[in-house]
Amino acid sequence: MSAAMTAATSAAPSATASQETLGALEEFLARQERIGLLRFLTCGSVDDGKSTLIGRLRYDTKLIFDDQLAALERDSVKHGTVGDDIDFALLVDGLEAEREQGITIDVAYRFFTTDKRRFIVADTPGHEQYTRNMATGASNADLAIVLVDARQGVLTQTRRHSFIASLLGIRHVVLAINKIDLVGFSETRFNEIREEYVRSVRDLGFKSLTVIPISARFGDNVISTSERTAWYQGPSLLSHLETIDVDAEASVRPFRMPVQWVNRPNLDFRGYSGTIASGTVTPGDRVTVAASGRSSTVARIVTLDGDLPSASAGSAVTLTLEDQIDISRGDVLAVSGAPVAVTDAFDAQVVWLSEHKLFPGRSYIFKLGTRSVSGSITRIRHRIDVNTFEKTNAETLGVNDVAGVSVSLVAPIAMERFADSRDLGGFIVIDRLTNATVGVGMVETANQAPTNIVWHEMGVDKEARAALKGQRPATLWFTGLSGSGKSTIANILDRKLHALGRHTFILDGDNVRHGLNRDLGFSEADRVENIRRAAEAAKLMVDAGLIVIVSFISPYRADREAARERFEPGEFLEVFIDTSIDECRRRDPKGLYARADQGLIRNFTGVSAPYEAPLAPELQLTTTETAAEELAGRVVEELRRRAIIT
Amino acid sequence: MSDRLSHLKRLENESIHIIREVVSECRNPVFLYSIGKDSTVMLHLAMKAFYPSKPPFPLMHIDTTWKFREMITFRDETVKRLGLNLIVHTNEEGRRQNINPFDHGSFYTHTMKTEALKEAMRLHGFDAAFGGARRDEEKSRAKERVFSFRTVNQEWDPKNQRPEFWQNYNGRMHKGESMRVFPLSNWTELDIWHYIMLENLDIVPLYFAAERPAVIRDGSLIVADDERMRFLPGETPEMRLVRFRSLGCYPLTGAVDSDARSLAEIVAEMFVTRTSERGNRLIDRDEKDSMEKKKKEGYF
Repeated sequence: MSAAMTAATSAAPSATASQETLGALEEFLARQERIGLLRFLTCGSVDDGKSTLIGRLRYDTKLIFDDQLAALERDSVKHGTVGDDIDFALLVDGLEAEREQGITIDVAYRFFTTDKRRFIVADTPGHEQYTRNMATGASNADLAIVLVDARQGVLTQTRRHSFIASLLGIRHVVLAINKIDLVGFSETRFNEIREEYVRSVRDLGFKSLTVIPISARFGDNVISTSERTAWYQGPSLLSHLETIDVDAEASVRPFRMPVQWVNRPNLDFRGYSGTIASGTVTPGDRVTVAASGRSSTVARIVTLDGDLPSASAGSAVTLTLEDQIDISRGDVLAVSGAPVAVTDAFDAQVVWLSEHKLFPGRSYIFKLGTRSVSGSITRIRHRIDVNTFEKTNAETLGVNDVAGVSVSLVAPIAMERFADSRDLGGFIVIDRLTNATVGVGMVETANQAPTNIVWHEMGVDKEARAALKGQRPATLWFTGLSGSGKSTIANILDRKLHALGRHTFILDGDNVRHGLNRDLGFSEADRVENIRRAAEAAKLMVDAGLIVIVSFISPYRADREAARERFEPGEFLEVFIDTSIDECRRRDPKGLYARADQGLIRNFTGVSAPYEAPLAPELQLTTTETAAEELAGRVVEELRRRAIIT
Repeated sequence: MSDRLSHLKRLENESIHIIREVVSECRNPVFLYSIGKDSTVMLHLAMKAFYPSKPPFPLMHIDTTWKFREMITFRDETVKRLGLNLIVHTNEEGRRQNINPFDHGSFYTHTMKTEALKEAMRLHGFDAAFGGARRDEEKSRAKERVFSFRTVNQEWDPKNQRPEFWQNYNGRMHKGESMRVFPLSNWTELDIWHYIMLENLDIVPLYFAAERPAVIRDGSLIVADDERMRFLPGETPEMRLVRFRSLGCYPLTGAVDSDARSLAEIVAEMFVTRTSERGNRLIDRDEKDSMEKKKKEGYF
């Protein structure tokens, strides 16, 4: 602490800026105003020297302040791993747990500047466990520095990180063969590693791959080329970073802008604010709203600094149009003549980020551009082995798995291939219940709807069919533990409605498993599919104008929510048959609990598999206090109250 | 992203995108206005983000009652000039108990800043708060997401942050949970000053050198801003030509000797002075990992 304070006061006095300094400064700032920005990440396996390299770059470009240095010297003695020298890695590891364990857990962002470029560096963790944090760092980078330890060569993590960098859109890679001093600056070793790496990433689509032998600890080939590797003829790492052209050509692609916010300060002004994803826009350009197909002409590009004559990719602007057309957040404006795909079905690559497994059919929220929409991954086409890049079959995905999947959304949205647009081709997958970001995806092909299945317009619609029966169609979704009384109440209700002259049908879990779902077991994946099929069957019956009683344990909230989404608002009523596990076990009408308790039935809800009770069901029926007959009567009353029956 | 946009323009665009995204994704955001240079830049970006509309959220200042008087004057003038809505919140319980920086040390910061902020967020039901923190300021901030999730107790869990991709931010949360959002995450101290120069923004005069009554305490230059200043035995304030690199509560904010009276001179000084800006903040120094610890508890 005392060192920090000394620095604070002793460095400060009389920093008089002479006219000469000010002149030089103006020149410097004028240059800085024009220089561009390069974002890169450092990745690779644990202990390959990522943090050390960043520390070295910043130290050698003189951006480490004296007080941070003083604190660093103290820390190096305490936690450092390089004896009396300064441990640069400690300079970048920011969290208490990280410094204690000597590992990087999360991505840290660091900054330095030279006369040629500004740099933002994402220092990413090497442990497989923290791959999602590495992916976070990769998503905003233009270039990846993949480090390998010259003694270790290419490891699984080297391949994994290269693969994820390529998935997330990085097209430029530097392979930094670090600790070259520890292999005696050997050119042979350098060539061995280079050849192995080049072979293993040749299918990843990198536009440039530069291989540099370095010693992050001693600075060889970091800022300037080293005499100790006289056989190496390429650039130093820094000079490569300063000069590489990573321009993604976003400005030469057709104009697209996802609308973030509708700007309406008063009745006379209506603007559409957003960040231009690609292309250039000029007043007078014809633009089309992707989803509706309505077109208009750009009137003005409005900013606080005055109207602009044109704006291009990356600019955050507000556009006004000549005509009043309906546009809201989530819409995409595109130049007329080069339309954006609008679809509810697409193929994508995903990286799964959650400890909770992905199951096909389960409902998630997909956020793409400025649009969030419900949908599900309908099929895992293949899982990709990150070590061999081989494709294998998979029924579910676990944390850090990478896969090719098919996605289906509840509504069509505008999108592009990720290869063409990060902003309109990259999406995140959000868990409906926890709101956690559980996956990240990249659109491979947007299947223009309609594709192979042509939607058949029916001459007689649902309303007409229901009207003939004197009712409104609905699904009553009974959920509850085995033995809770679902089937008993469902049967009484069915009888009552039939007596009232209503057209009904019961889909019973056990019965459906004998037919439609006979191929399904009781794993989590099969349960998801079981519910999906029941919901789709119920939907067809609702379309036929029926009142459908679905009596399924349906233990997972997400699956019941996914079922609900298939229906129009008001068509789906969740009915929670609320009976405690103790009471169900006491009743045990089919003797199933007794068998489950003996371990004879696996994945039995309430015993060896979870039941997630509804949070806000339309009806909650507690069976321990009221007789089944009366409970069924309550459902009839509810149907009357909702005007489903009269 | 094009390399052809200058880095400041790219930073500006990125920040505006973030600010607009919060307004679209969150129900009831608030702009934490701390009056300093970073807040000044962030406020200017918010004005740009929504022009010709006004930013659709209020400003909020957590007033510890120990800010420099010039900060308060500047705050009120700025809000009036821009026609914005300002909420000033003070932890009244702390004020009643006279919790102050002289007697209570880190408990003062906890009560009058951390607890005050959490109380104000709850009181107004804000679900998102903009903060002007930058990743180059401090080690734990270098690790923080742009959309930084806070639990119902407004705590930060640094070991379990939501992954964040491209400019695609996940602003979803349950009732009672909140986001702290940092539009200036990728700006550096130099960027801030450079931008203030280019955009010709007004800043609190305390950033410029002037003769001010100061004492040296624990190696820091403390300026006596009002009559509540307590001098230790042997301390006599003397007029010194000083300025501030960072602004906070006056008894805890160290000044530096300087004669920089213009923005250009301030930037020039940055190149000569090789001390990080928070080095003069006494509150960050009271224990190691102190920022991380405070952030976990709900501090910005």
